[in-house]
Amino acid sequence: MNWNWLNRNTDQILSWLLAHLWLAALPTLLGLLLALPLGALAFRYRWSYATLITLAGLLYTIPSLALFVVLPGILGTRILNPLNVVVALTLYTVALLVRVVADALDSVPPLVRQSATAMGYRPIRSLITVQLPLAIPVIGAGLRVAAVSNVSLVSVAALLGVPQLGQLFLVGFQLNFYTPIVAGIVLCLLVAAVFDTIILVAVRIATPWTRAVSHR
Amino acid sequence: MINFDDVSKIFGEGDHRTAAVEDLTIEIPTGKITVFVGPSGCGKTTSLRMINRMIEPTSGTVLIDGVDTRSIDAPKLRRGIGYVIQNAGLFPHRTVLDNIATVPVLDGQSRKAARAVAAELLERVGLPESMGSRYPAQLSGGQQQRVGVARALAADPPVMLMDEPFSAVDPVVRAQLQDEFTRLQAELGKTIVFVTHDIDEAVKIGDRIAVFAVGGRLAQYATPAEVLSHPADDFVADFVGHDRGYRALSFTVAGNLPVRDEPTLLLGSTADPSLVPPDAQPGEPYWVLVVDDARQPRGWVDARWIAGGRRPVGLGDLVLGGSLVGPQSSLRTALDAALSSPSGRGVAIDADGRVIGTVEARDVLDAIETARVAQGLLDAADQRPAADQRPVSGAPAGDAEQAAAAVPS
Repeated sequence: MNWNWLNRNTDQILSWLLAHLWLAALPTLLGLLLALPLGALAFRYRWSYATLITLAGLLYTIPSLALFVVLPGILGTRILNPLNVVVALTLYTVALLVRVVADALDSVPPLVRQSATAMGYRPIRSLITVQLPLAIPVIGAGLRVAAVSNVSLVSVAALLGVPQLGQLFLVGFQLNFYTPIVAGIVLCLLVAAVFDTIILVAVRIATPWTRAVSHR
Repeated sequence: MINFDDVSKIFGEGDHRTAAVEDLTIEIPTGKITVFVGPSGCGKTTSLRMINRMIEPTSGTVLIDGVDTRSIDAPKLRRGIGYVIQNAGLFPHRTVLDNIATVPVLDGQSRKAARAVAAELLERVGLPESMGSRYPAQLSGGQQQRVGVARALAADPPVMLMDEPFSAVDPVVRAQLQDEFTRLQAELGKTIVFVTHDIDEAVKIGDRIAVFAVGGRLAQYATPAEVLSHPADDFVADFVGHDRGYRALSFTVAGNLPVRDEPTLLLGSTADPSLVPPDAQPGEPYWVLVVDDARQPRGWVDARWIAGGRRPVGLGDLVLGGSLVGPQSSLRTALDAALSSPSGRGVAIDADGRVIGTVEARDVLDAIETARVAQGLLDAADQRPAADQRPVSGAPAGDAEQAAAAVPS
């Protein structure tokens, strides 16, 4: 490890780290927000389940690099625009989470769902205030996977020149110099760990009933 | 009053067409418990769910107090009808109090006001207020079921639907819940439709019983006593079970059975050999009834065995009897009291639980015979004005109730 090199480039690395953070976080959030209604749709209507899940699967198989290159043409953005990265990763997140949300809603016991109907809930209110809260643990687990996968996918965008931690890998590769590569890996792991923890804590706070200890 | 008017529910089409409920016409009286009972696949739950439109009929109309349920917005209709679902169906993510407050909150009440009502209801169903802040997973099955009942009562609906509410708890807790529920209903007087597959539960709880046969056919609709004593057809007779004659005795108050004097021994006193008369059958136990200071029966003791020891009679010496015959006991209880007592004599008690003597099985059998003859005369009288008065399709069946009341008591 060349600590001098790291010291000299601290400012640059920090700005890449910040860029990496929001480039990975924003699509995770947007993806979740889009996947919730789509997943609910897939859950509610059997016919849409197969269609949506197949589409999501196909979407996920498109190589990320190809998507980064193709999107500017479709969106009319410049190739270096970070928006391309955000859109591409949002698509991947949606692809990953539609199924998770649909299956999470499906995991809510049918009796609870029926009981909400019997109490006089309208379908949307039942979905939002009864079924969705109960689906949080499963959705949270899926979201952790999506968030961590986004952290690693962002770095691919370095090949296009979008500044973030992926640049460290390019620099290291071009100079045949390991320090930036190791620093990049460590920082990526750190970002992933931070995201993972945030989601874990959020799920914990949102689901107090899962930790209720039996008084029986 | 709830009316099913020629209601059918058909699932599937063509070759896969199955009728869950077929041409059901039934009138459910206000303020009473009507039990839908039958084997699985008989359409009893489907029928129940057509009342609050969780299932829509294929044809026919369901009316509540003369109003077609289809004319009411389904969620609004449901908020006006209490529903207790199997296994309680509580919301796992809400505290007990918030579960109970569900319908008032849906109706636009403030959470605070709804919780205050919920706390009162918690007490009403026999749970401590401290339980309000727990989550359903922290409650036993029986406690969850009580919360389910409280939740259904929260908006004080005139009609309650109960879908096998006590089927998921053990028999002891179930009996307890049934008793409490019957007591609660005596105070509240709701119109209740209760679904169960357990004929004993139906007989115990129902004011009226609708027996459903597979395929959604209403086989009989009558009082429990009527169903047990006069099953409408082979299906009902078979479903009710082979000891229905014995169980039907539950509906006749034993009344003035001859009560014989019974010598008693005070718990803790010393038995002496003079207790056993010289003409007692040698070699056989000689049973003496043991009472406590309040003259309440504690059990039976073999006087020969205890007298030999010349020591005070303790609880450990007692052979316990079974049922006790009180002023309001049925013939079934009276017969069981005699049969379950080691001496063959059933202990009779007064309203305060004090021993007044014993009854013997042969006297109970005589009373059964008297009641049977009286019932037969009543039935004959009933059949004179109209031959088809047997209430199969919703005619009010006060007859059997009157008959039970008319038996000497």
